[in-house]
Amino acid sequence: MANPGSEDDTPTIKMDEPESRADGDGVSGLEQSREMTPPPLPPRPTTANLGLLDDRPTTADMGSLKLPKRTSRPHLQSQATTALSLTDIQIQSRGESASINSSPVSRDPSQKRSISRFGRFVNSSEDDSASTRSYAPTLDVPYDNVSMLGDEPSPAWKALNSQLDIDESLQLDEAFEDPLSERITLEFDDLEVRAGNGSNETVLLDQWSAKLKHFFVLSASGKPVYSRHGDDHLVSHYVGVAQTLISFYQGANDPLKTFTAGDTRFVMLAKGPLNLVAVSKIGESEAQLRNQLESLYMQVLSTLSLPSLEKIFSNRPSTDLRRPLQGTDVLLDGLSDGFTRGSPSTLLSSLECLRLRKTHRRIINDSLLKVRSPDLLYGLIVAAGRLVSVVRPKKHSLHPGDLHLIFNMLFEAGSVKAGGGENWIPLCLPGFNNTGFLYMYVSFLSPAEAAAVASSPVTAERPRTASDTEHTPSSDDLAIVFISPNKDAFYSLRSMRDSLITSLAQSKMLAALAAAMDAGRAPCSSILPGGTPLKHFLYKSRGNVQFTMPSFEPHFAGPIARRKLMTLYAHLHEVVHVRNSHLKVLHAVSREATALAWVTPVFELYCVAGPGVARQTVTQAANKVVQWIRKEEERVFIIGGAVF
Amino acid sequence: MSDSPAPSAPKPSSSVKLVLLGEAAVGKSSLVLRFVNDAFEPNKEPTIGAAFLTQKCNLPNRTIKFEIWDTAGQERFASLAPMYYRNAQSALVVYDITKASSLVKAKHWIAELQRQASPGIVIALVGNKLDLVEDEEEGEAQEGEGEGEGEEDGKVRRVSTKEGKDYADEENLLFFETSAKSGHNVNEVFTAIANAIPETSLKGPRGGAGGATQAALGSGAQDNSRVNLNANADAGPKEGCAC
Repeated sequence: MANPGSEDDTPTIKMDEPESRADGDGVSGLEQSREMTPPPLPPRPTTANLGLLDDRPTTADMGSLKLPKRTSRPHLQSQATTALSLTDIQIQSRGESASINSSPVSRDPSQKRSISRFGRFVNSSEDDSASTRSYAPTLDVPYDNVSMLGDEPSPAWKALNSQLDIDESLQLDEAFEDPLSERITLEFDDLEVRAGNGSNETVLLDQWSAKLKHFFVLSASGKPVYSRHGDDHLVSHYVGVAQTLISFYQGANDPLKTFTAGDTRFVMLAKGPLNLVAVSKIGESEAQLRNQLESLYMQVLSTLSLPSLEKIFSNRPSTDLRRPLQGTDVLLDGLSDGFTRGSPSTLLSSLECLRLRKTHRRIINDSLLKVRSPDLLYGLIVAAGRLVSVVRPKKHSLHPGDLHLIFNMLFEAGSVKAGGGENWIPLCLPGFNNTGFLYMYVSFLSPAEAAAVASSPVTAERPRTASDTEHTPSSDDLAIVFISPNKDAFYSLRSMRDSLITSLAQSKMLAALAAAMDAGRAPCSSILPGGTPLKHFLYKSRGNVQFTMPSFEPHFAGPIARRKLMTLYAHLHEVVHVRNSHLKVLHAVSREATALAWVTPVFELYCVAGPGVARQTVTQAANKVVQWIRKEEERVFIIGGAVF
Repeated sequence: MSDSPAPSAPKPSSSVKLVLLGEAAVGKSSLVLRFVNDAFEPNKEPTIGAAFLTQKCNLPNRTIKFEIWDTAGQERFASLAPMYYRNAQSALVVYDITKASSLVKAKHWIAELQRQASPGIVIALVGNKLDLVEDEEEGEAQEGEGEGEGEEDGKVRRVSTKEGKDYADEENLLFFETSAKSGHNVNEVFTAIANAIPETSLKGPRGGAGGATQAALGSGAQDNSRVNLNANADAGPKEGCAC
């Protein structure tokens, strides 16, 4: 594991747990903190007598959440402003109230599993104060010793406070000291066009290095295959350096996985004949970046399939893969930008469904099954980027990674939608089978077009009225996606589309879909009536591999606020997913937000409330979310889908 | 304009399958977009696989309904082309007049069509992107697209009109130079193809597509790239999506 310690100050969660230490950055800060705290606990404390109080300093160390604002303050390490506390879920059962303060007892896994409903968090006033005071060293940066408990705030914070409505602080777009905020607005701009004489080289390089995030794909022999920003001329030196580093460590049989330099994290992934590199300044964890690289690799496989990729390089290791991949830059760019923007779907590796009445969903499922063509393998109905229904064979399920590739192709890259017709796309779904190709029929229909198809299914011609020519397909359209193993199945799937639309029109489901699409995501306040403190939440149903969330409006409307929210979610997600963390509930407090992550075998829930909200309040709100999901489960999730 | 709906007397209507072939980025999709939606999108993203569009073309004595296969030009999709040109009554082979290699590729496609497509297929050879070289042409186009977005510098004609025309005459093809951006000659190409389709090869409204369907479904060639569903069943547990 090549992971040099550094004075890394990216906004990362520091985990001081022995197994995960190797992956954590900011090692120096943790080393220091150790001198001041009791020795670390063994990874799995099994003894029941680990007193809370003795335990506490280490616990506070174990997860101190750093929020993105911190990036601009290089010397801060896990200090009081962003401390959090860890507790375990306790069962609230009558006979057990006596044990409520001995949370380590509940680490017994069998007992965990028996938790069938949410009881309460271990909580006491002691915990509260402990949770907001970090035991990490703060001596070197005294001015930042700001806490929720009224310590002297820093001048910057005071200045900020005077201008701001604290409640909306997450919404701050042009935040006072956050270079990320300004830069992310430029992140997706193209570089300038290279001048013929190379006179703007410096400008180009500046623009290039100002990008917060880079992705590179290179062949094992070091040829550039893909780079998110910059042309070959610009990136070739860097690709060469990356290749040298990678091959040096590969030669030593100790592959380089990640390293950090300042606030920049580099992650390498070797996949067969390809090396993939991610460079991020936005404080993502190694695991998250690695997932992103995996996804880019899946996109390459989806274009070529594994056998053909291997064949290309076994014939000629020095092949320039850009030629076979020609035209797929838009797809790789779409994925990369999605990662940079931050999407809940990517973070949770799951998909979002359109909220729809259970009976409606059943009617749509039945229609799909009724009109199913024998050529069909998978069928999807997608409305406004959200799943409406899935039809699949009993023995095959759809891999979330594959679905992500499909959604990226349909909704991020404009190529499919822009044509305005129907599409027939060969693709490899590596999660399903990385050796062969499937064929995907795609049809985008606005509700009006769907009605026209339904009224004249025989000719099935898209109406060409004057207004319609101006209608460009948008994400508000209904997308019908049928996947077949048969490359000649286009016409049969096309007529299946016609029958489906006719059937949906007859059962008035087109109107129901249009209404559900218009309704969009409900805001938090209407999901949790009665003045909820929550501003946003993500709920992932693990069994269904789906998630649901309220509208980003009104608190996270802009891209920067959205990115900050996603960064916060990413931190929460990371902490609760560190291997062996055994963490079930995580409270995170910062000057910008109060957050809660809660993981059970059934679901993962991440909640965000405004700053200064009491933990109990957030906890109660989280309970309400779970209650709401329980009630709405069959509306917000596809349970089972249409199976044949 | 040929795409205006015919309100009154029902004319005989027939479907014609048309396939677009040619090197990547010569403007196949843009030509179709201009013909079908009368629109132009600069920097259009490359087509993936193939797009299927329909558009009516009204002739004085009949209506032709084009069923257009707009194929992706990238090399890796070339092996799929037969399923698009099989049973096609017409083909539009496109090259970029500012890129000589694209005419070479177009000639390959024409040779392949003559060898493997239906014998009576009507082929049109189209040199696109006329707008890029309009400055040096007289009488070719009067749209005057002087205000291009900087893509004109360095763009000069690499294939002369005569070269394209001579080749087309030799191979007995229709020939046009077009601009999808300005719309120049686009409808003319499709109208000329519609006129060139022999009356005898026209069937009823669904004739073209129906025949194509049967042919398409009947062919199971090149199965080796298909996924064998059964073979995958024992591939072990996957991170399943229960949806």
